[in-house]
Amino acid sequence: MTGQPDVTIPVPRRCPFAPPPEYQQLREQAPVARLTMASGRTAWVLTRHADIRAVLADPRFSSDRSHPGFPAPQQGQELASGFKFSLISMDPPEHGPARRGVAGEFTARRMQALQPQVQQLVHTHLDAMLAGPRPADLVQALALPVPSLVICGLLGVPYADHEFFQTRSAVLLRGRVPVNDRIQAGVDLMTYLDELVARREKDPTDDLIGRQLKAGTIEHGDLVSLALLLLIAGHETTANMISLSALALIENPAARRAIRDDPARTPGAVEELLRYFTITDLTLFRVALADIEVGGQLIRAGEPVISLSLAGNHDPEAFADPGRLDIGRDARPHLAFGFGPHQCLGQNLARMELQVVLDTLLRRVPDLNLAVRFEDLQFKDDAFVYGARELPVTW
Amino acid sequence: MRIVADSSRCAGAGQCVLTDPALFDQSEEDGIVIVLTPHPAAAQHDHARQAVRLCPSGALSLEKEAR
Repeated sequence: MTGQPDVTIPVPRRCPFAPPPEYQQLREQAPVARLTMASGRTAWVLTRHADIRAVLADPRFSSDRSHPGFPAPQQGQELASGFKFSLISMDPPEHGPARRGVAGEFTARRMQALQPQVQQLVHTHLDAMLAGPRPADLVQALALPVPSLVICGLLGVPYADHEFFQTRSAVLLRGRVPVNDRIQAGVDLMTYLDELVARREKDPTDDLIGRQLKAGTIEHGDLVSLALLLLIAGHETTANMISLSALALIENPAARRAIRDDPARTPGAVEELLRYFTITDLTLFRVALADIEVGGQLIRAGEPVISLSLAGNHDPEAFADPGRLDIGRDARPHLAFGFGPHQCLGQNLARMELQVVLDTLLRRVPDLNLAVRFEDLQFKDDAFVYGARELPVTW
Repeated sequence: MRIVADSSRCAGAGQCVLTDPALFDQSEEDGIVIVLTPHPAAAQHDHARQAVRLCPSGALSLEKEAR
């Protein structure tokens, strides 16, 4: 292919408010591009919204992480042998029944019913933050504890252990980390949850883990993997979205006023923030199981495919003037939760949490501001899930 | 218009319920779609179309009906 940009995957994000400029070049010049990854291997890389949707909805693209062709963007991504990824690595016919076994826990209605509890948690954490010293780190004061408490309550994981699982989850989600640290973090979490599930087997509790045991349709090891997936996905992602959204609204006073004056706008604003940041840009990996044409390019069986959802969510064919944060637009066709049968199981939990946190934060702390210069903020540029390392705020 | 749901494809993402809870619900058991209003009123047609577009697993479709 001629004129294809010379880009290595992953491309670091240089600014939280804009995709790497290489994404636009790729979309315009080589929307289905064969690129080299940091691991030295190559993969097909997609940057158009329509192509990404097509691939993620097509069962001929496999999610099986043990497939030799599965994309490995970085070296040293190995995990301990026996580490199982649960739902995210399953294909049909295994995936459907496994997902149905837990999807009832995350229905839109059930998540909405949790709203009062989340509201209470947000108030308690804001009470503590407002009574404490200024500046405060919004990540530690609000963004990380609230979703961690919520997922712990759902799963039946003791929140008292939050430092243990938060630090190890962060290691697993980092891109550049010594391979032994990653393996150890995975082993630590699996061992912890293995013991927790074993305790629940003897002494059942009324929570997701307890109900799975009661249903009796999932093996011990699979339940441990499922619990690990839900624990990690349930806190780290939402935490990053909360702090980035707060930052975006600090920097966009008009959007902030619009939401504060009319909370009916918050759900739309949350969708737009999900689209705008797409913190899960580097999570949509597949391997082709057949020869399939995507966007006019033939992808052969066994070849790896990476869907850059941040690029798809900034595709002008799908979202007009994509670089603009426009809380009034219809952003719901975004790919921030992925697409296809693997689309985020906890998406309606994430939406509800974000809505409650943002509404309450803007109402209770109307003069929220950064306590450092924007230029001095540090972001997780090497992580599979993007976010701010800390967000020092004052009011 | 008739809303058709293929429950074997449904992934229980809940996008349809979010689009219009008067048209769709999910089973508490396994999260699978329940069509509450298979024959939506004209005013709900846009919501039905949007739900089809947003459904991640291609479980929803619309059929034209002779009136």
